[in-house]
Amino acid sequence: MTMTFWQSVVTIAVVALGTILTRFVPFLLFPESKEPPRFIRYLGNVLPYAMTGLLVVYSLKDVSLVSGSHGIPEAIAMLAIIGLHLWKKNMLLSIAGGTILYMALVQLVFV
Amino acid sequence: MHTTGRGGVISKAFTAALPLTLPIAAGFLFLGCSYGLLMHAKGFSFWYPVCMAYFIFAGSMEFVTVNLLLSAFNPLAAFLLAIMVNARHLFYGLSMLGPFANTGWKKPYLIFAMCDETFAINSSATVPADVDRGWFMLFVSVLNRWYWIVGTAIGWLVGGLLPFSTKGIEFVLTALFLVIFLDQWMNQKRHVPAMVGVLASALCLAVFGADRFMIPSLVLMLVLFVALRPYLDGPHDDAHDDDRAGDAAGVGEAAKTTVAIKGEETR
Repeated sequence: MTMTFWQSVVTIAVVALGTILTRFVPFLLFPESKEPPRFIRYLGNVLPYAMTGLLVVYSLKDVSLVSGSHGIPEAIAMLAIIGLHLWKKNMLLSIAGGTILYMALVQLVFV
Repeated sequence: MHTTGRGGVISKAFTAALPLTLPIAAGFLFLGCSYGLLMHAKGFSFWYPVCMAYFIFAGSMEFVTVNLLLSAFNPLAAFLLAIMVNARHLFYGLSMLGPFANTGWKKPYLIFAMCDETFAINSSATVPADVDRGWFMLFVSVLNRWYWIVGTAIGWLVGGLLPFSTKGIEFVLTALFLVIFLDQWMNQKRHVPAMVGVLASALCLAVFGADRFMIPSLVLMLVLFVALRPYLDGPHDDAHDDDRAGDAAGVGEAAKTTVAIKGEETR
């Protein structure tokens, strides 16, 4: 470690503070006591769907299509999840099935 | 709440919340483990990763902070980096202004502990009518937070000793987000918001790369939602899953994709 103890404490503290700010700012700007502007309520209605989409992409951001296994195990596992979920509509089954398939693929097939 | 005792309300909410957090338990115990293990390998004592997990509680930012701690002391840069890496939380907050309203003393904790996975569950879960929504969301938050902290501690203590390979376990979080996405998709007639999220972030990922696509994605999404507001912002849209009967404006493109995806369904 290159930092002193207190320097590392300060670094962790400011990172925690920055993170906490990003979580609290919307609630500080639009407190419960006041009705938020129409535009903000509109965003509150559409953003949850968009952010789930973003999280799917975000969780795949380090998958490379041009090197390694070209994203093939990810694509296979995701298709399996879609099929399984449309078929059984069971959240835990779809997640467990897709993850176990993916682990088998990267440990046994695409090594 | 007048008929059931306080204990009944609490245990009912716990029973409803626990199953939904199980995939996150799997993901966080192993991801937290790898983070604890990394901190151990870099020479940090036990309390570093545990305190970071406790106070920062934002997985990707904690991994970034490992590198910050190993470079020159620059608190302002660290602060700004934390805000940029976590800017997506601003959109989580805007989405949860309504659901978190009237949760009283639980509200600050719900906000503080709102990581990606907790947000994904709390914003999408259909809470049964007889379950208290505030307690439900609180249990989702508490459980997920402690999976991560405990995983981190275990990783520092015994990581690397596991007798079997966990390679690929991190995919459980992709699977979680995908399944939530599918549920939201099937419960909504209108798919434009979901498509905006996927397409804007996929496009920005292709253009800006994995380390720099988050802020452009959020900005592009905001621009698209401003542009699409005349089509998406109807009088019936305040209720969550209530626009089944709503106008199908702007669904043209999305409808094709629905058909394409629904093609997999065995009817």
